[in-house]
Amino acid sequence: MASSTPPPTGGTVPDPAGIRLGQVHFAYPASTPGLTPPWVLDGLDLTVRPGEWLAVMGASDVGKTTLCLLLAGLAPHLTGGTLEGQIVVAGQDTRHYAPPALARTVGIVFQEAEAQLFNPTVEAEVAWGLENLAWPVDAIQSQVDAMLALFRLGHVRHRAPTDLSGGEKKRLALASVLAMRPPILILDEPMGGLDPAGRQEVLESLANLRRIQSATIVMTESDPEAVAAFAERLIVLHQGRIALDGTPRTLFPQIAELTALGVSVPQMALVAATLNKRLGTSFDFLSVDQAREALAVHLV
Amino acid sequence: MSRVTIELEDIWFWYEDPEQPALQGLSLAIPQGQFVALVGANGSGKSTLVKHLNGLLRPKRGTVRVAGTDAAGLSVGELARQVGFLFQHPEQQIFGATVHQEVAFGPRNLGLGTADVQDRTQAALERFELTGVADRPPAILSYGLRRRVTLASLAAMDPPIVVLDEPTVGLDAAGLNDTLDWIQELSTRQRTILFVTHKMNLAAEYAARAIVLEQGQIIGDGSPRDLFGQAGLLARASLVPPPVTLLAQALQTGGMPGDCLSVEAFCESYVALFRENESRSRTGRAGP
Repeated sequence: MASSTPPPTGGTVPDPAGIRLGQVHFAYPASTPGLTPPWVLDGLDLTVRPGEWLAVMGASDVGKTTLCLLLAGLAPHLTGGTLEGQIVVAGQDTRHYAPPALARTVGIVFQEAEAQLFNPTVEAEVAWGLENLAWPVDAIQSQVDAMLALFRLGHVRHRAPTDLSGGEKKRLALASVLAMRPPILILDEPMGGLDPAGRQEVLESLANLRRIQSATIVMTESDPEAVAAFAERLIVLHQGRIALDGTPRTLFPQIAELTALGVSVPQMALVAATLNKRLGTSFDFLSVDQAREALAVHLV
Repeated sequence: MSRVTIELEDIWFWYEDPEQPALQGLSLAIPQGQFVALVGANGSGKSTLVKHLNGLLRPKRGTVRVAGTDAAGLSVGELARQVGFLFQHPEQQIFGATVHQEVAFGPRNLGLGTADVQDRTQAALERFELTGVADRPPAILSYGLRRRVTLASLAAMDPPIVVLDEPTVGLDAAGLNDTLDWIQELSTRQRTILFVTHKMNLAAEYAARAIVLEQGQIIGDGSPRDLFGQAGLLARASLVPPPVTLLAQALQTGGMPGDCLSVEAFCESYVALFRENESRSRTGRAGP
């Protein structure tokens, strides 16, 4: 097992919305007594600037969800397990701050949205977090209305969350967390199960949110199209560490490396690579607009 | 024409409020062995519809017939022999103490002999590369692995009708390929498949027929290629063409066909046009 050397904690002024992980090792509790559980994260170093939109990709058991749980303090506080190294979120060392204390600055939306819906109605679900933050009643009401409108949930506001469709539940979980305006948002596969209109809606509301209040977003996402269109930075996890770190633009053309790491690439990157191979061209595009511009030239 | 294996007749369903029906007089017949994509916006009634096939939901009005029998007279267990499900979220269908028990549960419930159950379980575990985690509790596995457990459980049951409810959500590249390979395999083996998806390219690639739902009613029923050419219908169903299709459409004035649904199809057409233009301009230059 790796030993833990406390990493430097950086400057004395805490980042209001920055994240710093130094040599993080994490293992869940042993499923069988006596067995030493493997490190899920194994020496992970990562710094996320305040206001950065970071996408995290990687094969399915590489620790993406674990990273989310650690950033929100849910691991190890609720999961148990062994944590070595240091995780500082918005200036708070998660080892010393339990999830309720972190909740004001860190919002998390789980991959399975059902897990976080428990109120009797949709509207109560969105209001719940705000009530806990002791918002004034009027402000709560107008924020609930705004979020229900933004996520197209107005027509189901009196329904029970359990009766909603998969996509509606996902939107409700996002609306409930975004309502609290956390400076740091941890999103575990936020678009999973949403229809294309829903995906676009979520991505646009995230982009809006960031324009209004410069939120830091850490988002695990298996859809490369969403990452290519919105994320500023992409890291790919492998064996508990960062295998690749760069912008979507620089990383997505590395198709063979990404595929080996279990990551899909955007269709436009595949089109560029296929055409380059067959035609000897050097196309380099990620979006449909860029591709149209580059490819139209060769058609009469 | 093959025998009809799924038949819905004037199905009405609502959750709480009869004024807000999730299914509104829906009728549908699916012949044995057909591969059907079920598409529509979130909340259009896709999941509500398919839950009627295994008795998780019962219609408020109308008749559901599975393999010729009125489903009203069949228990969830009896329907499970006919209709296998792959849900959107693995936790909705995992409950065994170990991966092995989870996969063996289905075949055991079919009343098969011990040796048969063991054979099917082993084959499914191997098929989905789960032998290494066979003794682990499914609950502690990652999302992708849990998804493979549900695939293996279904493969071990091998029901004649398979409902896939967004089976590719949350999968990494390898998981996606596993799932698509298996779907292809099911199709080759003439299983009746109902594939709930938002991904037009998958629907177009695999399904012979697409059914488009909106507000609990069928608003389109035909070959995916025909339906996906109708922009208005796509918008109502909240379907967005894949990027490669949008690109092909944007290049239609240059001669690209507008119905490319895969990277391969797109590149094939583009390379042909590119070479054609190249040789034309060469001939042009060498001209008289």
